[in-house]
Amino acid sequence: MNDNPLLAIFGYFALLSLFAVGGANAAIPEMHRIAVEVMHWMSDRQFADSFAIAQLSPGPNVIIVTLIGYHVAGFAGAGVATVAMCGPTCLLSFFAARTWDRFKDAPWRIAIQAGLVPVSLGLIAASAFVLARAADKNIYAALVTALTVAVASFTSVNPLWLFAAGGILGLSGWL
Amino acid sequence: MPEPADPSSAISGMPSLGELFISFVVVSVSGFGGALPWARRMIVEQKRWMTTEEFNEAFALAQFLPGPNVVNFSVVFGSRFGGAAGAAVALAGLMGPPLVIVTVLAVLYAQFGDLEILGRILTGITAAATGLLIAVVGKMALPLFTKRWSWPQAIAILAFAGVAIMRWPLPWVFVVLAPVAVALAWFKPAKKFPTEAIKATKATKATEAIER
Repeated sequence: MNDNPLLAIFGYFALLSLFAVGGANAAIPEMHRIAVEVMHWMSDRQFADSFAIAQLSPGPNVIIVTLIGYHVAGFAGAGVATVAMCGPTCLLSFFAARTWDRFKDAPWRIAIQAGLVPVSLGLIAASAFVLARAADKNIYAALVTALTVAVASFTSVNPLWLFAAGGILGLSGWL
Repeated sequence: MPEPADPSSAISGMPSLGELFISFVVVSVSGFGGALPWARRMIVEQKRWMTTEEFNEAFALAQFLPGPNVVNFSVVFGSRFGGAAGAAVALAGLMGPPLVIVTVLAVLYAQFGDLEILGRILTGITAAATGLLIAVVGKMALPLFTKRWSWPQAIAILAFAGVAIMRWPLPWVFVVLAPVAVALAWFKPAKKFPTEAIKATKATKATEAIER
């Protein structure tokens, strides 16, 4: 598409940011499609690793784009990816904040939100699917995923413990 | 023990730009447990810059717009108290620390990502992180899929299939599905379904963290 990776990063992520209904998690499949399948910037494994590192870091999950950007084009790539992914929606937020009072109770606003909720649910489910395919390369990794689903759904344990348990199991060589 | 602040009482003063910045740095690095509960605690309970109602309203806007909710929220909140400068300062506070931390991690990963031992650890962490995301999906899907079937379930399944199975580009799937879904919501509002149903579901600590 483009010889300059910075331009490609900017274009893809700026566009993506406007379609990320449901937040960063809804945009994971498209990031994967572009970074792994279309542009061949990184492997499946590296993409899954980036997701894990972003989860381990404090702050908003959207920070995964910084990792992808760095992987492609170093510090400049990290900066460009972050600005592209946050810039358009931040501008939207800034201008919408001034007019929100006028349209927050409008029927069309409520219809848009009601219509988009199932769309974003489908997209986040797609994220889980894409990540499971990248992360669970064998039965033991899949087992760790399944156990985490159960623990996270039925207890209120801090997710850091789940990451720690997964990391230790991985280190032990079982996965 | 001092009386806890009454969140419904009047707001107290305007934060300065410096206070805005520091506050969002704190929200950002407080990390696990989700940024939203931290933002609410700081803004409504500790600083009393907004009432609970005002906070919910500002957050509803952040959710309504595309993109990361907490990032949008920082801009909405910052602009309310300090215009463009306030928005920029709140955003910088929220994104600055994680940007530095993640860049350091990216450098380390580029350096040592090939090490077998690190690869093994990350394999385990990724498997767990994927499990967390699946738990979030389950939590969101449960209230919808235990209801009588109507268009929202069909839309959710189509969005999933288009993106996950067919691997079509998100913008195409969105441009086709979103207008249909919004039209259906307009002409055939699903009773009691909308956003509130999903947002009201009780989140576990773990599932909250991944929704940041």
